Amino acid sequence: MTIDSMPAVRTGEPPAPSGSPAPVRPERPTWRTRLTRADMRYSPYLFVAPFFVVFAIFGVFPLVYTGWVSLHDWHLIGDHTFVGLANYVELFADPDFWNAVANTFGIFLIATIPQLLVALMIANLLNRALRARTMFRMGVLVPTVTSVAAVGVVFGQLFARDVGLVNYLLTSIGIERIDWQADRLSSWIAIATMVDWRWTGYNALILLGAMQAIPRDLYDAASVDGAKPWQQFWRITVPLLRPTLVFVVIVATIGGLQLFTEPVIFGFGRMQGGTLGQFQTITMYMYENAFQRFQYGYGSAIAWTLFAMVVVISLLNVAVVRRMVRGAR
Amino acid sequence: MRLWRTSPATYLALVVGIALSVFPIYWMFVVATRSNDVVNDLPPPLLPGGELGANVERVFANEHAAFAYGLVNSLVVASVVTFAVVIFSTLAGFAFAKLRFRGSNALLLLVIGTMMVPVQLGLIPLYMLMVRLGWNGELKAVVGPSLVCGFGVFMIRQYAVQAVSDELVEAARVDGCSTFRIYLSVVLPALRPAIAVLALLTFMQSWNDFLWPYAVLDADTPTVQLSLSLLATAYYTDYAQVFAATALATVPLLVVFVVFGRQIIGGIMEGAVKS
Repeated sequence: MTIDSMPAVRTGEPPAPSGSPAPVRPERPTWRTRLTRADMRYSPYLFVAPFFVVFAIFGVFPLVYTGWVSLHDWHLIGDHTFVGLANYVELFADPDFWNAVANTFGIFLIATIPQLLVALMIANLLNRALRARTMFRMGVLVPTVTSVAAVGVVFGQLFARDVGLVNYLLTSIGIERIDWQADRLSSWIAIATMVDWRWTGYNALILLGAMQAIPRDLYDAASVDGAKPWQQFWRITVPLLRPTLVFVVIVATIGGLQLFTEPVIFGFGRMQGGTLGQFQTITMYMYENAFQRFQYGYGSAIAWTLFAMVVVISLLNVAVVRRMVRGAR
Repeated sequence: MRLWRTSPATYLALVVGIALSVFPIYWMFVVATRSNDVVNDLPPPLLPGGELGANVERVFANEHAAFAYGLVNSLVVASVVTFAVVIFSTLAGFAFAKLRFRGSNALLLLVIGTMMVPVQLGLIPLYMLMVRLGWNGELKAVVGPSLVCGFGVFMIRQYAVQAVSDELVEAARVDGCSTFRIYLSVVLPALRPAIAVLALLTFMQSWNDFLWPYAVLDADTPTVQLSLSLLATAYYTDYAQVFAATALATVPLLVVFVVFGRQIIGGIMEGAVKS
């Protein structure tokens, strides 16, 4: 009896009150231990399950089902026939689709290249001993807070043909006013400006965060060797920012390929993107087919093709993702 | 020794940059406080006027846009979404950071993978799904797909790795706390700063969301961005009214930004260091 009760005392349990029924005592700890063990074992899965379940329903299922729908001549809901790859065949021969692809990539290029250069410049300016540091950072970030729809409204006015501020400035320095919506290049520039205005500051802060992680002695050593600030920037800062730059580029690509709201509001809510489709993006073309012409099958084929484009570019990202995980350990 | 001297030129360049980034917002307020005949003047007015009240009144009186309804709807949607994202992200983020379980690495990679997948490309089946559920035209159709977010899980996980102390978790276990109890009384308090940033970013994103609400909602149940786009596309020559609406839709976020700007900036920059 004494020997039996000793381990119980040692593990911190109060000694059994005299007269308690003997068979119950060994069972209570086992039940509790079992419960604790089950808790340790299965709780993690219960904790991550909500995310995966909801994501499966609203994220994975629609994406996969898009592929299925794209293999059908699928008009109004429920009414459909299997057509194999016919939608894709038609799509790849569709000049309107390629027009949208060209617009999307064109706007993406003229938006992203200046955006990254300016973001690098701003980050470099902010990476110094500054008075009112927070104010400057907030000033740079404030466009990101503004909604895309608001950006579309304000810049739509700024780029208006007759009453827009941009044309007013142009004419006041002796340049002809531009009908920004009318041409391919001018409408691309107007839309790229909206994208850049909204995202440059955000990217600058991401780059600034990475710049501040660069060890200072690298620069000290370079100064001792006589490297000028400009050389230090291109030889030390930029190379060491490469992972962050790749990350920023890929995020910009995923967003840029899905460009939708800015051009829609710029074109007064019409999906055609100007009289000749000069600024219709891929997502607008998908929307037009699915939700205005009710060609769900064809619209889904556009979605999947766009998805494939994004995946190809995201695959480049695997290396970056690995870095994110490893860096966190 | 400082890397780069902070010369007056630095300040000048930054001030120019900030002027460019603030001007469109300033311009939005200028037009919102003017009447239309003045807005179209050349040279345009550069100072605010006194017509804000009248313009705002016209916005709310405009039945076509249902602007007040849009504001309320967006508040509801953004609040519910923010609450859900914070709960789901902290649960999963904590599990990935502090609990040991089989397959956790693979599952975490999957979470990061979801950040790269453009979910809005599932627009068409998502719409069909909502029609099947009878949710189209209703706010829950907008809330549903936004309930979880891979970025939130990843961000919380990154923060929890350092912020939640292993000793505290162990001690709570020895005291007989269940995992859920530990989550409530140890993990959530420790994660408070990260939760604040995640909540702010989620709220802003939900408030500003456009494509999916545009596809699934009708004009009579709009979010604020839909009301705005209805106004902007139907009354695009009435700049005073449209800009007043734009200002109304933007002010709540600007207030949040001014109050919590420091935390938001910190969140963005920390994310960069870890990537």
